[in-house]
Amino acid sequence: MGSIFQIILQRLALGALTLQIVSIVIFVAVNALPGDFAQAILGQGATDEAVAQIRADLGLDQNYFTRYFSWLVNVLTGNLGISFAQMNFASNMGGDQLVGVVEQIAPRFKATMFLAGVTAIFAVPISITLGVLAALYRNSIFDRAVNITTLSSISSPEFFLAYILILVLAVLNPIFPSLSNVYEGMALGEKLNRTMLPALTLTLVVTAHMMRMTRAAIINLLASPYIEMARLKGISPMRVIVRHALPNALAPIINVIALNLAYLITGVVVVEVVFVYPGIGQLFVDSVKIRDIPVVQACCLIFAAAYILLNLMADILSILSNPRLRHPK
Amino acid sequence: MSQFSRRGLLKTGAAAGVIAATGLPAKSAAKRGGKLRMGLNGANTSDSFDGRTHSDQFMIHMGHGTVFDCLTEVTASGELVGELAESWEASSDAKTWTFNLRKGVTFHNGKSFGADDVIASLSMHTEEGAKSAAKPIVAAITEMKKMNDHQIQFTLSAGNADFPFLLSDYHILMYPAGMIDEAIAKGIGTGLYKVVSFDPGVRCVLARVDSHYKDGRAGWFDEIECIAINDSSARMNALMTGQVDAVNRVDFKTEPLLRANPNIEIFEVTGNMQYTFPMLTNQAPFNDINVRKALKYGIDRQEMVDKILQGHGMIGNDHPIGPANQYLATEIPQIELDLDKAKFHMKEAGLTELNVELSASDAAFTGAVDASQLYQASAKSAGININVVQEPADGYWSNVWLKKGWCACYWSGRATEDWMFSTAYESGVPWNDTHWENARFQELLLTARAELDSNKRREQYTEMQLICSQEGGTIIPMFANTVDAASTKLAHGPDIGNIWQMDSSRLTERWWFA
Repeated sequence: MGSIFQIILQRLALGALTLQIVSIVIFVAVNALPGDFAQAILGQGATDEAVAQIRADLGLDQNYFTRYFSWLVNVLTGNLGISFAQMNFASNMGGDQLVGVVEQIAPRFKATMFLAGVTAIFAVPISITLGVLAALYRNSIFDRAVNITTLSSISSPEFFLAYILILVLAVLNPIFPSLSNVYEGMALGEKLNRTMLPALTLTLVVTAHMMRMTRAAIINLLASPYIEMARLKGISPMRVIVRHALPNALAPIINVIALNLAYLITGVVVVEVVFVYPGIGQLFVDSVKIRDIPVVQACCLIFAAAYILLNLMADILSILSNPRLRHPK
Repeated sequence: MSQFSRRGLLKTGAAAGVIAATGLPAKSAAKRGGKLRMGLNGANTSDSFDGRTHSDQFMIHMGHGTVFDCLTEVTASGELVGELAESWEASSDAKTWTFNLRKGVTFHNGKSFGADDVIASLSMHTEEGAKSAAKPIVAAITEMKKMNDHQIQFTLSAGNADFPFLLSDYHILMYPAGMIDEAIAKGIGTGLYKVVSFDPGVRCVLARVDSHYKDGRAGWFDEIECIAINDSSARMNALMTGQVDAVNRVDFKTEPLLRANPNIEIFEVTGNMQYTFPMLTNQAPFNDINVRKALKYGIDRQEMVDKILQGHGMIGNDHPIGPANQYLATEIPQIELDLDKAKFHMKEAGLTELNVELSASDAAFTGAVDASQLYQASAKSAGININVVQEPADGYWSNVWLKKGWCACYWSGRATEDWMFSTAYESGVPWNDTHWENARFQELLLTARAELDSNKRREQYTEMQLICSQEGGTIIPMFANTVDAASTKLAHGPDIGNIWQMDSSRLTERWWFA
């Protein structure tokens, strides 16, 4: 088991390096966009003096290296900084009641995790069940229907699926609300009710990937000799798949689930905007719009960390699910 | 159309360009009760109750007229009345103004309102480093003298007849002196509604105060929940599915669908929002007045209103005064597409052909690039070749506007003629986006500013509009309507304010549940 810890440590170190590279890429990319925070926030009022004043206030007039490294040093000491919008506001007010990026993101992140959680609760069991059934009845009408439906839903843009769901489930048949403005202190039932439409949209988006992977992994195994043996013993096809094939197909399935869970955290931007869900995606869009680099960086780090950690978890789980990997020679 | 100016111009039919000055009838007598849910755009995570930073609809609405009050207020029908000021009086040169404040008013924390609060609240705008849009207004005050607790005297650096009008500006909110930071953080004002919870960029929940000086005149809702919905389709859906009672900024493309819904009322007013094409008049070829005139006659204004605004607007006449101003001159001749006149002025300028570049981006206004292309098509037959240059939206205001010879632009307009002219038309001011200078115009601007006789002012402003329209360097083809929508469960008075969206951002205090 020692080797697992070694792998975890090694992967975490690599992850930290990845995060740093991501932060450099984001920093360069945001700075490469035309316009900056001062111009974005001032709009038509962007006279040369006003722009220069804000740049000086926020330290935007320093060179890229100084700005990036001072940010990096702060992050390494656990300080994600203060958003430009807050700092600009403070220099205007002369006040000191600043909200840090962490406090700004925390409630949004919680909301996004809630949405991702609700979606995962639907999407994972549904896709695995569909995948198993599709493998069991492969090439039947059922298999084709499931494939066509899930592939069409993954191929449609998210906002399109969202609007169709709004049309069907909120406008024509008012079952769920089209606005998902959940907030702190809302009763769980009400919160679930309001989260339903974005969760359904995301379910439609992620199901196909997981379901197809489950189906493919199982079908792949069905040709192996031990499955043939099981069949010859006279075991029912359902039991062959669930008891004999599925445990051996877990590794690829876990990987694809992890990838999709990461997507649920990072890919919700469009869905959050359409449903007015106060998650991290909306904050991200707002911040990119005004080139608020500290917030954009923090959001990107969270997104990247979600991918890295979930992939790491998937690798560990696939090692644990496979005795051959658990006891390497 | 006798009360044309400053009346809520409501367009009831879909017919393009037809503006009827008919207020919708009040549905019933106003009554208290109910929880208003409103979906507004223009919300940001950086929002706060600092009036100096307010620039977008969400906070403008939550600020003045909801949680806070100003000294003066413009009613839905366009009259200036006192809000926290009861009355005021000017010296004959309009330089010294004495304001009597309302007595017995308290802030939401129980502190009583008086002259000290006014002085502290106004001083916020001229503080060192403050970036307030209302700074020029307050900076013009040279002295604020407290006569007694409820009387205050302002001395201005120069006479300004519009001074009480300027104090109705949504930036100039009244805060409790000595606790301004706390008031900004918690939202402590004298308004009809006090803050229950405020999550910037997400939502704001408010409750009616128990008693208020506007009781019986305004503030009919018990509770208000204002939800930030920046996405336009989401906002329209929320209204269609009954999750909110009112929304701002109706998307012109989905407007017919909303109109078809019997439970929704669309309210549309023409205010001062204008889409413009300023040219730098100190640069060739625009320094030639005949070139400017040829360009003025080469644009089809009605086509712009029909195609760019899809009928939701009115044609402009190359001066910036709109229906939400006091002295809009309707009698001056309207410039129309006239290719013969355009050719005549080309000849006067000694040109057979004119090649100009027009820089545009949708950052200037929605449809600016399309509008420029329409302009290109209509001017072509007069020998004017407009080369439309599509500029990037990012940095447009820093790199294109005021820099390129001719570009697309917009102005949300100003509440007074003087304010508008002195922001963008006075010679030498930084935002004079045409670098235009005209001696007569400049002279009139200064005399009209200190003129207290409104008849004389009307004459002066009319002449200024005429000069602007005929000689100025800005082409103003259209004024865009503000189009908002509400559930028919809501009712309102006969007029709807046209200074800002949502009944001049006072829907929360003026409307009620029928």
